[in-house]
Amino acid sequence: MNRRTVSLLWLPVSAIILYLASITVLQGADNQPPPEEVESLRGAAPVGEVPAAPDLKKYPKEQVPMDLQFVGQPPLIPHSIRGYQITANSNKCLTCHAWENAASTGAPRIGISHFRDRDGKVLADVSPSRYFCTQCHVPQANAKPLVPNTYQPVESLKKP
Amino acid sequence: MKLPIPEFLKRYWHFLTRPLALALWIILAFGFFAGIIFWGGFNTMMEMSNTEAFCTSCHEMRDTVFQEMKTTIHFSNRSGVRASCPDCHVPHEWTHKIVRKVQASKELWGKITGKIDTPRKFEEHRLQMAMREWDRMKKNDSRECRNCHNFDSMDFSLQSKRAAHMHSTALASGELTCIDCHKGIAHKLPDMSGVPGW
Repeated sequence: MNRRTVSLLWLPVSAIILYLASITVLQGADNQPPPEEVESLRGAAPVGEVPAAPDLKKYPKEQVPMDLQFVGQPPLIPHSIRGYQITANSNKCLTCHAWENAASTGAPRIGISHFRDRDGKVLADVSPSRYFCTQCHVPQANAKPLVPNTYQPVESLKKP
Repeated sequence: MKLPIPEFLKRYWHFLTRPLALALWIILAFGFFAGIIFWGGFNTMMEMSNTEAFCTSCHEMRDTVFQEMKTTIHFSNRSGVRASCPDCHVPHEWTHKIVRKVQASKELWGKITGKIDTPRKFEEHRLQMAMREWDRMKKNDSRECRNCHNFDSMDFSLQSKRAAHMHSTALASGELTCIDCHKGIAHKLPDMSGVPGW
């Protein structure tokens, strides 16, 4: 037997060893419990169980306007919007925030960007694509973040 | 020639023209009790027709405005006070109530002819019906709101800034009344295009 034949014989053997090794390693990985620090938002309760629901968060009736976190962020709604209808028939938000009403109500006027359609063409009234306010603007409850994060606003928006 | 009148007729006539003193009392008593029954029955019927159960006994109201109302603060709230249909839609004082009830009796005709008996028909008439209510509220200075919400009892310092501003100016001066701003607080709004302020 020359050396060449021996090395050829080793080829299938090494392939089998590699295959068995990978099976062992991968199965081991499957069986390993997930690392401690990773926990789903529903907690440690088994899938079949229904964990107790957390308390409902309450929207404050009125609070000071909240700082923006990034450039172009839709401002958050600093008041309760219970019962505000935004339908094809009517838009309660616009009764204060529309330009023609903002002067008398003292509410912030809706952004100028809301008068442009998606092609950038300037319209005479609120663009239909911006009509449903709560698609972007939402009220905020003072709730603890579900997941910790280290997000920082950009320099230009940081308060001294 | 004079015909002789029989004696028994004369006596009967005398009986009719000079009834017993007791009969007067009997009639009076009868009238008194009949009055109680009629008046009591009338008021009972009126009260019966002034309940949420009566209003929602027809699908026209039950499946539309009543469902919409259920999510609003006038139906469920933290303090457990509920305003039901007649609290807002029927005046509480007697004379105004009678007037409104007589006006509302035409709704029976609407029921018979099926004026709003499908969701589509209801939506077609929603603006018309809403405007009628707004108009009524505007004319009577939102009297039904004021059955519970008393301007003199409002503490502006507990209201939000903008609410306090509006209430202490336009409402206080009588320039505007509740319904001018508070439309659609208990029901879905109709198409508001053309309505002032919307």
